[in-house]
Amino acid sequence: MNRVSVTEPIVEISHLCYSIDGLDILHDINLTVNKGDFISVIGPNGGGKTTLLKLILGLLKPTRGTITMEINKEKPSGRFAIGYVPQHVNHNLSFPATALDVVLMGNHKPGRRFRFGNTAVDRDHAHQTLERLGIGDCAGRKIIALSGGQRQRVLIARALVSQPKLLVLDEPTASIDTKGQTEFYELLVELNKELTILMVSHDLLVVSNYAKSFACLNRRLHYHQSFGSSVEVFDAFYSCSVEEMCPVDVISKDKSGVMNEADHD
Amino acid sequence: MIDALQFEFIRNALFAGLLASIICGVVGTLIVVNRLVFLSGGIAHSAYGGIGLAFFMGWPYMLGATSFAFASSMIMAAVSLKSKQRADTIIGVMWSVGMATGILFLDMTPGYNVDLMSYLFGSILSVPGSELISMGCLTAGVLFLIFFFYDDLLAMSYDEEFAQVRGVAVRPLYFMLIGTVAITVVIVVQVVGLILVIALLTIPPYISEKYTKSLLQMMMLSILLGMVFITAGLWGAYRYDLTSGATIIFVAGAGFFLSLLVDTLFSMRERRLWLKAHE
Repeated sequence: MNRVSVTEPIVEISHLCYSIDGLDILHDINLTVNKGDFISVIGPNGGGKTTLLKLILGLLKPTRGTITMEINKEKPSGRFAIGYVPQHVNHNLSFPATALDVVLMGNHKPGRRFRFGNTAVDRDHAHQTLERLGIGDCAGRKIIALSGGQRQRVLIARALVSQPKLLVLDEPTASIDTKGQTEFYELLVELNKELTILMVSHDLLVVSNYAKSFACLNRRLHYHQSFGSSVEVFDAFYSCSVEEMCPVDVISKDKSGVMNEADHD
Repeated sequence: MIDALQFEFIRNALFAGLLASIICGVVGTLIVVNRLVFLSGGIAHSAYGGIGLAFFMGWPYMLGATSFAFASSMIMAAVSLKSKQRADTIIGVMWSVGMATGILFLDMTPGYNVDLMSYLFGSILSVPGSELISMGCLTAGVLFLIFFFYDDLLAMSYDEEFAQVRGVAVRPLYFMLIGTVAITVVIVVQVVGLILVIALLTIPPYISEKYTKSLLQMMMLSILLGMVFITAGLWGAYRYDLTSGATIIFVAGAGFFLSLLVDTLFSMRERRLWLKAHE
């Protein structure tokens, strides 16, 4: 499970703060995402997980601190090197579009005018992406006629079709059943061979089984570069959450060294 | 109907209906998929304030209605972006205050008072040729704008957040869409009335959505359905001497319930076939 710790960073977050109406949502976040990582962000509701993803995606601007995208330097068109899979699958269901059309939206480039369709090359590529995710036969069906799991795969295909270097997922299994979840995470491990994954998840077991490293986020972030067993994940998670809730505990914990300083990035 | 075509007012009415169904099919599709029906209703009703203001100040109708509808649509767009949770309440308030303002302005206007009914149900049978030309120009303008930004509008309509991640300037585009709705409403209200606008903006796209596989197809089928409803309604109004606007809405409503009935029958048939196959 342990990862070889070399590599090129693709996202560097340093001293990032984000606040709304004077309320600190994120405080002094430092995180480096390296190529080939499979990082899972865990934390309680309201801990700022989705906010962090939105900051990375560029949907929000940081109040303080910086997010440096190494992937942006190669491609000036910036954020396109990130593929994004949203939390809600059952969104705008009756929209008149086929699975293939939704995937093709992943190629969207703003500024194209009077454009009403896609080239044969793009369509072929989108079809291959769907085939790769095992739902090639759904290409021509409307999204309302798909199951939750199939829709999830369509959204992943939409994120993958632009060939990103980093795949960002926000609680991707919220609407999939247990069997579907297992298949889904195995798919992610497969995809991780080629691209970097940053995922928000509630499920600690999943994190310990599939992710290479994890980060606890509750206003502050604690990055755990590697871990031995699922027990370690649970321990780390609960100590991280408690720490935020009880300031006295923070001091005693920091002093007693329950959270190994080396683990903090 | 053929013998009716000898009358100029019937030809004008058909032409106005044609233009209305084109613009309503295209803009209405975007309204339905972006869930802006209530907001469009709000814009249409608050345009009443503009009509009243125009009469009070002695301005031309278009100036008062367009500026009022446009201003209120921009406020509604800002509100619906800023506080999504309570946007419907604020739109509801503007809806009724707009109408009330219009009526108060008309009360204060000395002398002749216009018939407000004609703005509710329109007067498609008395559209002058000159109005058709200005309506045609505005329709062309709105269509140009929408097709110019079609790809971005498609991405935003399906998934606003994803469109933003891909670099679409979602906010300006949203304001543009709402502005287009305001212009559409003003153009079409003048000809077919406020209630018919809402019916034409919503009923054809709603029916089309179920039978089409892309936004463009949905727009085309909506236009076609709008034309069928308007022509059939006009024929009924002419043949049985009924109020044209109300007849058109009635036909559209009948089409709406017919499509629901057809859907139900189809799903019942499929269920029967399934049961037979699994006996």
